[in-house]
Amino acid sequence: MNRRQLLKVCGVWAASGFPVTGLIGPAQAGPRDAKKRLAELTGGVKPQKGRINITLPKVTDQGRFVPIRVSVESPMSESDYVKAIHIVAERNPTPEVASFYLGPANGKAQISTRIRLLKTQVVVVAAEMSDGSVYLGKGRSKITGGAGGCG
Amino acid sequence: MMNERVHVKVPLTAKKGEVIRVMTKLNHPMESGWRRRLNGEIVPKDLIGEFSCQLDGKEVFKAVFDSGAAGNPYLSFFVRVDQGGRFRFVWSGQNGEHYYKEASIEVS
Repeated sequence: MNRRQLLKVCGVWAASGFPVTGLIGPAQAGPRDAKKRLAELTGGVKPQKGRINITLPKVTDQGRFVPIRVSVESPMSESDYVKAIHIVAERNPTPEVASFYLGPANGKAQISTRIRLLKTQVVVVAAEMSDGSVYLGKGRSKITGGAGGCG
Repeated sequence: MMNERVHVKVPLTAKKGEVIRVMTKLNHPMESGWRRRLNGEIVPKDLIGEFSCQLDGKEVFKAVFDSGAAGNPYLSFFVRVDQGGRFRFVWSGQNGEHYYKEASIEVS
């Protein structure tokens, strides 16, 4: 085993939960919980793909502050606008992150905020349109924090 | 209530019909209810549940935060301004506390 391989093994071991166990209270939620929560928020409408752009850092060591920018393609006119944007994280202890309610007065359907991601995971964003349709987008961020410097 | 915890950035002037960017931040721990203390008890949830932005008394943007929102909630969004007016930003906490700030904009 050369040095490079040793570092890799060390990273895998450190990332596999040893710094995290005991700190997290409730059981982890899974993608199924996230899907269920989104269905509750959007009223069970079958989502379509597209129209959502998500900007997340590919890799970050600060899972406590992950900047996220969501923009939805929409003219934001009186007749066609984005009603709501919901953000859900698949592998946090609880999937809810935040919901944003917009209207034609916004002029541009784009928001930026910061979210908590306890581990590497997929972030799901749903946008509700004024005509009742729902669009879904996904973003992914790798969290290396807590890996003891070798992750 | 303790307005120095609130930071808001709104341009002073804008053209009629321009879409402006509004940036807000509130200093607040946003306790998620996920963490445990050393003795094993769960740190209780303490969140800013709701944020609302009003322009001349009319609500133009609303946000609902949950455990997954980071501490010191930062938020930026866009508003179309057709006439000068006064923005009012209100953060409402779970425990009934409120933080607010106002900013005005001139439209030419």
